[in-house]
Amino acid sequence: MSAATGTIEAVTPAPRSKRFSESFSILRNGKSVVGLSILAFFTVLAIIGPWIAPYDPNAIDLEARNSPPSPAHWLGTTHMGQDILSQIIIGARDVMFVGFVAGFIGTVLAVLVGVTSGYIKGAGSETLSALANVFLVIPGLPLIIIITSNFDDPNMMLIATVLAITGWAWGARVLRAQTMSLRNRDFVQAARANGEPLWRIIGVEMLPNLMAVIASSFVGTVTAAILTQTTLAFVGVTPISQWNWGTILFWAQSQNAFPDRWWWYLPAGLCIALVGMGLALVNFGIDEYVNPRLRSAGKRARALRKRGFTQADATVVAAAGSIAPVPADEAADALEDDAPRVETSA
Amino acid sequence: MRFFLRRAAFYLFTLWAAITINFFLPRMMKGDPITAYLARNQGTVSPEAIESLKILFGLNTDRSLWQQYIDYWGLLLSGDLGRSLSKGLAPVSEVIADALPWTLGLVGIATLISFFVGTSIGTYIGWKRGSKAEFLVPVTTFLSTVPYFWLGLIMIAVFSTTLGWFPASHAYDKTVQPGFNWEFISNVIYHGTLPALTIVITSLGGWILGMRNMMITVLDEDYITVAQAKGLSPRNVVVHYAARNAVLPQLSSFALSLGFIVGGTLIMEMIFSYPGLGLRLFEATLAKDYPLMQGIFLVITLSVLVANIIADMAYAALDPRTRQEEAL
Repeated sequence: MSAATGTIEAVTPAPRSKRFSESFSILRNGKSVVGLSILAFFTVLAIIGPWIAPYDPNAIDLEARNSPPSPAHWLGTTHMGQDILSQIIIGARDVMFVGFVAGFIGTVLAVLVGVTSGYIKGAGSETLSALANVFLVIPGLPLIIIITSNFDDPNMMLIATVLAITGWAWGARVLRAQTMSLRNRDFVQAARANGEPLWRIIGVEMLPNLMAVIASSFVGTVTAAILTQTTLAFVGVTPISQWNWGTILFWAQSQNAFPDRWWWYLPAGLCIALVGMGLALVNFGIDEYVNPRLRSAGKRARALRKRGFTQADATVVAAAGSIAPVPADEAADALEDDAPRVETSA
Repeated sequence: MRFFLRRAAFYLFTLWAAITINFFLPRMMKGDPITAYLARNQGTVSPEAIESLKILFGLNTDRSLWQQYIDYWGLLLSGDLGRSLSKGLAPVSEVIADALPWTLGLVGIATLISFFVGTSIGTYIGWKRGSKAEFLVPVTTFLSTVPYFWLGLIMIAVFSTTLGWFPASHAYDKTVQPGFNWEFISNVIYHGTLPALTIVITSLGGWILGMRNMMITVLDEDYITVAQAKGLSPRNVVVHYAARNAVLPQLSSFALSLGFIVGGTLIMEMIFSYPGLGLRLFEATLAKDYPLMQGIFLVITLSVLVANIIADMAYAALDPRTRQEEAL
């Protein structure tokens, strides 16, 4: 590719301080900051939940059945007078635990399979790639339902593991493509010519350039895991006595809370959506970090319109480089990421 | 030709993997629900049914694993998926054959609508970079992070229970005679609108975002600049130059995410009591009807594979490079 110079520039070991600020530049992106704040809030909630929950989520209070939000019960109560706010606070722990553990295991699997199959050549690489594709094509949810329904009392670790095993494949696929394109870059070949050991080539030369892809596959796995886990709880495959946001919705539906007792079903669903939104925002941030075109496209088009150019002119003018040229370091970034992101079918 | 051979090999491999997973699943599980069931219903189960259940669930412990595997394949090739424990020992293949058309209709049509609408909106937003239309991206992303089942329940609560515009469950009214006539078809469409709408709303975001991002990347390419410099109409540039190239990754991710989409949409059938495979799977889970669960998993996987093959053909039709490889 024609980007060779840009590539070298971008990946030559920079002074330590620059490296450091670069690796945290994701924090300068407004979207990822909002997303990370949402996630931090729920993570803290998951940790300190049992101490701040106003009631025991199972405590039955027959005096206050089906009561709407009130000063005593901020989010109202269930058909048995259980405090819904406490159920949501306690339930956060399961949701976040399963999400992050599944994300972690899934990402480790994705990195192992993806980077290996991207780095090596020949039959081994093809086999690992085929394995990832098989896991992508096989519908995960029915399989998970079948597996978990075979256990009488599946614990959260088991569920997280099953979710990771069915959810690693997409990340592996993206990582494989990215590794394959890195493998033949000059700096990797130079490292190989220098006689660097394999672990160093992969761990020190390539891995830093894969971080964005790894992060985005982690976020994707966590999102899928949280959605699937709450779905399983809602369907009633996982124990209905174990509080998480899906369990709350399970009880809300089985007690006909829809549509009148909105305080029972709205908060739990919104919490799931909020965590999902936080993860999506982080992913937006990563996308824009990896592909600067996404970051600058809107700005450039708006700038052009202000100067009276129509949409049709925009591309021509921008491409000619006469207006709002992309800053040099961004251009280098863009070139570095010019490698197609997976998409051609193998 | 090489492209098609590789794809064919991949599909055969996936098919084999799915069937083999299905073979090992019950054998890895502890407990033995089938023997317990047979013991409870002694005399009512026909010998052939017992035989096929034994082969499916590995109860023939006197035979080697390899022989069990051969038997299992023989059973599948003869179209026997065992008997459903919860449906009065009806053959699993018949239970599935009744449910499959409903799932294909609902999920298939909703997914296609979502794909086409989402891709079109994404094309528009990508072309009009930085315009007001961009607000659709966060909105639809939020909708796609909402759990399917929750949105489905809220749709029922709003449009069915409160407003009474659409029915909340089933595929058609009990009073309507199934048949190929307008009365029946319109009734089916009427019942399918709400579940289909929910599926489209929750899955639209991914297609919009993917297409928008690809459009923005493609629009910076030199050939777009050339096309515009030649004075081609914007419409021509968008449709034949930009979108045509941007849609290719969209199509391959469509194929690969089908398994995920189908999984999610099965939940919709449970919510809307829609008589498809999702609802049957749900009932089978509650009743611990393992033969039915496994049969459904196998058929869903098969359907996803077939859909993948179709998506591959569309890809080959849109991308001349895959066809050129053929000529080489």
